[in-house]
Amino acid sequence: MSKPKTAIKDGNVSLLVGTRKGGFLLRSSDNREKWKLEGPFLLGAIVHNMILDPRDGHTLLMAASTGHLGPTIFRSNDQGHTWKEATRPPAFPKAEPEGTGEAVNHTFSLWPGHVDEPGVFYAGTSPVGLFRSEDSGETWDGVAGFNENPMRRTWIGPIEFAPPGGGGLHSLQIDPRDPAHMYIGCSMGGVFESLDQGRSWQPLNKGCEADFLPDPEADFGHDPHTLRIHPLYPDVLYQQNHCGIYRMDREDGYWVRIGSNMPEDVGDIGFPIVLDPRDPQRVWVFPMDGTEIWPRTSPKGKPAVYVSTNGGKNWESLHKGLPARHGYFTVKRHAMNADRQAPLGIYFGTSAGQVWGSVDEGKRWRKLVDYLPEIYSIEPVVFAA
Amino acid sequence: MNVMIPSQLRSYTHASRVECSGDTLGAVLDELDRRFPGLRFRIIDEQDRIRQHIHIFINKEMTLGLHQPVTDADEIRIIGALSGG
Repeated sequence: MSKPKTAIKDGNVSLLVGTRKGGFLLRSSDNREKWKLEGPFLLGAIVHNMILDPRDGHTLLMAASTGHLGPTIFRSNDQGHTWKEATRPPAFPKAEPEGTGEAVNHTFSLWPGHVDEPGVFYAGTSPVGLFRSEDSGETWDGVAGFNENPMRRTWIGPIEFAPPGGGGLHSLQIDPRDPAHMYIGCSMGGVFESLDQGRSWQPLNKGCEADFLPDPEADFGHDPHTLRIHPLYPDVLYQQNHCGIYRMDREDGYWVRIGSNMPEDVGDIGFPIVLDPRDPQRVWVFPMDGTEIWPRTSPKGKPAVYVSTNGGKNWESLHKGLPARHGYFTVKRHAMNADRQAPLGIYFGTSAGQVWGSVDEGKRWRKLVDYLPEIYSIEPVVFAA
Repeated sequence: MNVMIPSQLRSYTHASRVECSGDTLGAVLDELDRRFPGLRFRIIDEQDRIRQHIHIFINKEMTLGLHQPVTDADEIRIIGALSGG
């Protein structure tokens, strides 16, 4: 007799939910119809990002700080029941004269390393910095080729010019064909590429607008919000930028604004962008209002996901199940992601503490949980059974 | 000397008061970190600055630096200051 599909167990999709007041875990049944909330983990901690190591299926990392205490990284090997703090969290080198150097305010993003480098993780921080761990997050060292690059402050701007909340290194993408080939997205700064595992970096922003800079065609200083490369076709890059939605075919080396094909009254401003892991032409975004004083809420109070199935030539609204009016929330850059099931499940968390999910690739949306703190990150994962 | 531990750090010390020694505030915090690994970085950043929302008093005077001398007769009070909602 087959097991009921409503059973919640390891091997099913779970969502790691990082919020402004702690971490949570949403576990699903086989058919992703039933969801069960667990946690909070470290109630009161500001959890910017929480990830599972896809290479072993059990190592969890959580980037946390609190209103009072400095930033650190916690690790769990028992699905969040117990957490152990990193013995050496990300930190900039001590500067001379004393007190003049930079300090990590918080770790903004966590990334597993290449599949051929078990135990390697990367962390992006605010202020913009890149750190690497080779022992599953126990100790972290700065990636000197970026953090100590003489051009770094030129690229990311003076610390006084950082955006509200501080600038952050939010995206790190590793070419699945080559662990030395990496891209990072920094807000502010732009997109940068390394061909030598982080020892040197070059800006990769041509074609991308920066209407907040004196030179709108500057080589750097841009404001990508999320950067993704396609896992099967890694020369296809997408970014949701402060100035629109862009795509690059790497051999062209030039960003094309595919968001200009979005409905004019919706626009192409937003934080997250989600790629279909099986189809490089299919991409989902969550637009927000970037007009006049930048409310950064759903345009006209009508939240909707938009999908393109042809690489950004056309876009379609996916809003069935979402509030038809008076929905004024924001979806942050780490707070929308897809699982790898068939059909694909897409999930997003809101600034109002709701987690929404669609298990039919965006056709219908359902509120999975409500009343959480402001959500910073949603990571669909599958724990090893 | 007595070091008063705020609630935010008691997951490290499991006590509200810890007996410690050292000639300077920095030396006292170094000893605390040896005994309770990780504690120091939560309140002092990598540039040896006291974090923005942490206050440290030596007796009734708020200190701004780790070089301040202390004696066994002093009481050090670490406080989680007001840090918003």
